[in-house]
Amino acid sequence: MVDYDDSKKVLEVSHLKQYFNVGKADEVRAVDDISFDIYEGETFGLVGESGSGKTTIGRAIIHLYTPTAGSIKFHGKEIVGLKKGKTMSDLRRDMQMIFQDPYASLNPRMKVKDIVAEGIDINNLAKNDEERSKRVENLLETVGLNKDHSSRYPHEFSGGQRQRIGIARALAVEPDFIIADEPISALDVSIQAQVVNLLKDLQRERKLTYLFIAHDLSMVKYISDRIGVMHYGKMLEIADADEIYSHPLHDYTKSLISAVPVPDPEYERTRQQLDYDAKLEHDDKERKMVEISPRHWVRASEDEIPMYQKRAQAESLVKD
Amino acid sequence: MESKEKILEVKDLTINFNTYAGTVKAIRDVSFDLNKGETLAIVGESGSGKTVTTRSIMGLNASNADVAKGSIMFHDKDILKMSDKEIEAMRGAEIAEIFQDPMTSLDPTMKIGRQIAEPLMIHKGMKKDKAMSQALEMMKLVGITDAEHRINDYPHQFSGGMRQRIVIAIALINYPEIIIADEPTTALDVTIQAQILRLMKELQDKISTSIIFITHDLGVVAGMADRVAVMYAGKIVEFGTVDEIFYDPKHPYTWGLLNSMPTMDTADDSLPSIPGTPPDLLDPPKGDSFAPRNAYAMKIDTEQEPPFFKVSDTHYAATWLLHPDAPEVTPPAQIIERQKKYKEMQQELAEEAKKPVKEEEEL
Repeated sequence: MVDYDDSKKVLEVSHLKQYFNVGKADEVRAVDDISFDIYEGETFGLVGESGSGKTTIGRAIIHLYTPTAGSIKFHGKEIVGLKKGKTMSDLRRDMQMIFQDPYASLNPRMKVKDIVAEGIDINNLAKNDEERSKRVENLLETVGLNKDHSSRYPHEFSGGQRQRIGIARALAVEPDFIIADEPISALDVSIQAQVVNLLKDLQRERKLTYLFIAHDLSMVKYISDRIGVMHYGKMLEIADADEIYSHPLHDYTKSLISAVPVPDPEYERTRQQLDYDAKLEHDDKERKMVEISPRHWVRASEDEIPMYQKRAQAESLVKD
Repeated sequence: MESKEKILEVKDLTINFNTYAGTVKAIRDVSFDLNKGETLAIVGESGSGKTVTTRSIMGLNASNADVAKGSIMFHDKDILKMSDKEIEAMRGAEIAEIFQDPMTSLDPTMKIGRQIAEPLMIHKGMKKDKAMSQALEMMKLVGITDAEHRINDYPHQFSGGMRQRIVIAIALINYPEIIIADEPTTALDVTIQAQILRLMKELQDKISTSIIFITHDLGVVAGMADRVAVMYAGKIVEFGTVDEIFYDPKHPYTWGLLNSMPTMDTADDSLPSIPGTPPDLLDPPKGDSFAPRNAYAMKIDTEQEPPFFKVSDTHYAATWLLHPDAPEVTPPAQIIERQKKYKEMQQELAEEAKKPVKEEEEL
């Protein structure tokens, strides 16, 4: 169980804005005033369609972009604007990323052991070659690969195995926070389950905290403790994974969940899909995240709050 | 039951690819048929042979493909014996394909109206004006808004969902008898996917075409298919009606596939996965190729390939578990749940049937 105490916050994102082409005609507000926290040992799922800004958030957190505005605190320390140096390299050790495409994210000219050990080398975590190979072998075994695999090249592996190599590389520097950007969407169904189970096991053993970015809603629900739903660069709803699925409050979340195909023909035959009119968001009303029921936040304007409260009551999320 | 008209029959199709590394046995003894107006889904992981199967129907396999055995009867002609000219006349006219990636399956340098009209000009020798006006009608049919103004736009001016609508328009323009849809919605967002699937169903009703739907997403299959064929390592391992496959599956691989998709009800730390990886088709294992990953495998699985065992008139599965001498096994809990639901559904249907039929109102 995740402890939602303020002292257990690993990551605090507040009013994060990431604009591209600022001031030009084609300015893009990829991430627009987003706030959320992630707690120790938690998996926070970030879902949304392509172009919703979910990947941009992940990249801004791990310092691949410089945010336009806002603050990102990691273990209580501000990391926006951090310059190269000791704190920065500490940050790079504590925070790691697993990428979407296991074919593009591994250097085809490097042996597996060198890919996995790159972080070990940079941070001088191994005293000598022997210790280095020992660590690599242990890591490979941790992610379910054979230690004999270490002298092979990436092309010799299947998609699922490559994603395991990517995970081993991320674990090499012993991070406590991992950003996983669509880590399973390039994999086959039966392999997806293997990788998700591996991520869950590692989380338990190593007390990891995850930001899990995905568009596959059923898998996100399964792995996440809480989920945030994004649309057009804005966060629309945040709640516990089970609750957001069984009792979505925002119309966009409802429409998104109603569109997920379910492997049950009878359900599919009677499925009602809800359409969502995005125009509602663009009426220039001021909206902010409001806690409608305990730990269930919805982006709403002042006059919409009663409507959401009513919905929450109808779903019996709050007592009168 | 309505009478079924068989329009395509694939029999014992076996295709090898000759590569530097050796002969890849891509598909082995694949047989299925397709009835008029129905949707057949072919499900399987990458490398299971779904795409090779449909490419052979379209005559699109690479030049190193070697058809070792089998036939593909379209009406009364064998596609595998057709000349290039005959195949060209058929492809895009009688059998059309919707490809996976709408970003790469359109010509970026050609206006979309022209791309939609092209099959008409090629196959029916239609004049450009007339073809363009039919293309416009088709654009409206597939739901491209403001079609009059957009007919002269280029593909990059459209979103992914709209591009897939254009691809569908191209496939449908000649009212083909068969549409092959190879993962048509995999590259799209869920909400767009739902729109496209809805559109495909509506259009299928309108022009009564048959669809072969290839996908790895069982959720999509449940919503689209009338019948389902499950492929593994180049072979069909189970086929049946959509209800039979989802509620009463018999093959352990189908069990594994259904189980490894989390549903709303999946408990928090119990996602069952299929261990291991699919076999190397350069050298498929002896016996049942699923045996090394199969928790229910018996000794015979490693020695002899299982034949198809009949479950019902429409449902067959290739697993030794169905042999009369095989021991009784308990399927995974989730599958038992599905079977229970199926029994309840059938009972409801039976009771419905017992009720006195209300006299139909006379027109």
